[in-house]
Amino acid sequence: MADKPAKVLIRRHSGVTRITHWLNVLAVSLLLMSGLQIFNAHPALYWGAKSTFAEPWVSMKKVEVAGQPRGITTVGDLKFDTTGLFGWSGPEGRREQRGFPAWATVPSWRDLGSGRSWHFFFAWIFVINGLVYWLWGLAGGHVRRDLLPTRDQMKPRHILHEIVTHARLQFPKGEAARRYNVIQKLTYLAVIAVLLPLMVLTGLCMSPTFNATVPQLIDLFGGRQSARTIHFLSASGIVLFIVVHLVLVVVSGLWNNLRSMITGRYAIDAEGDKA
Amino acid sequence: MTLDRRRWLTAAGATLGSLWLTGCDKLAMNSTFTGVLKVAEKWTRHAQRAVTDRNALAREFTPAEMSKDFKANGTMRPGDAAYLALLAENFASYRLAIGGLVEQPLALSLADLRAAPSRTQITRHDCVEGWSSIGKWKGARLSALLDRAKLKPEARYIVFHCADTLDRSATDGAGVYYESIDLIDAYHPQTILAYQMNDATLPVRHGAPLRLRVERQLGYKHAKYVMRIEAVASLDGLGRGKGGFWPDRGYQWYAGI
Repeated sequence: MADKPAKVLIRRHSGVTRITHWLNVLAVSLLLMSGLQIFNAHPALYWGAKSTFAEPWVSMKKVEVAGQPRGITTVGDLKFDTTGLFGWSGPEGRREQRGFPAWATVPSWRDLGSGRSWHFFFAWIFVINGLVYWLWGLAGGHVRRDLLPTRDQMKPRHILHEIVTHARLQFPKGEAARRYNVIQKLTYLAVIAVLLPLMVLTGLCMSPTFNATVPQLIDLFGGRQSARTIHFLSASGIVLFIVVHLVLVVVSGLWNNLRSMITGRYAIDAEGDKA
Repeated sequence: MTLDRRRWLTAAGATLGSLWLTGCDKLAMNSTFTGVLKVAEKWTRHAQRAVTDRNALAREFTPAEMSKDFKANGTMRPGDAAYLALLAENFASYRLAIGGLVEQPLALSLADLRAAPSRTQITRHDCVEGWSSIGKWKGARLSALLDRAKLKPEARYIVFHCADTLDRSATDGAGVYYESIDLIDAYHPQTILAYQMNDATLPVRHGAPLRLRVERQLGYKHAKYVMRIEAVASLDGLGRGKGGFWPDRGYQWYAGI
């Protein structure tokens, strides 16, 4: 007990942050999984306005290799055997041709109409939730106070230092743990200000009516098939963020992090008497 | 991290994951829940109608941008006897019937349709599956045909009855393709009944002799092999009541998104 520094509970996350965070968890998870259901209806990606069926830049399909069905994924000129994961998956004996496997889609069986129903319902939840978060974050000062890096945090020496300590999985302690570190801030900003809005904008470009409403938007992304590709890449970026985020949540103190996103209270080491 | 902790976390993660997946599948089969999801379709339609000018045009492309591999989907060649008989005589006795809630029912031959006010457009066809092809269409403007038939005031939807039976296993008579659109889309300047594709007679796999083009919606709304047009006040009595072959099978009636 003597070696262990005393803990103090600080208020970390406001009610709005916590509620919008968990609604976002729900909406983004279901959007990703229903999105893969939709992707599976035509598991190939193209650039430009139209599909060039003979030469997609990404495809996942079943191909007979030496008389055996295999799942083959192509990316540009590269070819991978992804049997069991992409192109040809499912339990032995009941394998089927599908882009992403059953465990990654909602519903697990192939049903494009149903996948679209899930996708558009949770897209509304996602957009409304995101608007509430952004309006409150800008008006209430959350973005400026908690997310924009301070001048001292943006010094190259400091950023370099943070990258090194992050790579060693060392996290700020004591007073320094009261605020987000600079890598954290920049990552969160990239997700909430770039990736998530990009999903909405490229998603809207899938809509033939919306393309008539705002034709400039689809031009910005280089045509409908490019927009579909960027929608997919941006979603991949979000998946990557979620994986890293979850790993860091676990290694930097699972229960403390979970508690702070549920009750708002976060424990930090008290430093001397000033705590 | 200790081995125990890692094992514990993996087990907890796997349990949560499988509960989540089972839960989603259970909900996907629950009709109350899927009914709630469908509410969003109405929000989307109202929101899009609110922000989109009713005459806003779908993008038109240059001849250089046309697809050389325009994909066909759904029925490729109807097997229905009545259609095959028409095909055998190159649609000489084909008559497009326009009826329902109209003052002046019409029966138009292909020559009549070719003589009607027309529009030519190079547009992008977006399939619900996610792919797009660009093609050139020429056809009779639906608005002019409806004006000639004189819609009754109670008409709210235009239904397209097709020649092809796409679902042979349907025992309730709902296996024949049909689609419907509201009057906003019916009177949109780019909404045509196409008899030409890429400067040639419309090929069978793309819906000969006549197919609908409703450019601000997805591909399955563009009914092929159109035989009869019916103006109705409600979609209730048609097929399984959802206003189209695919809508009857869980797809969205409003396919503007």
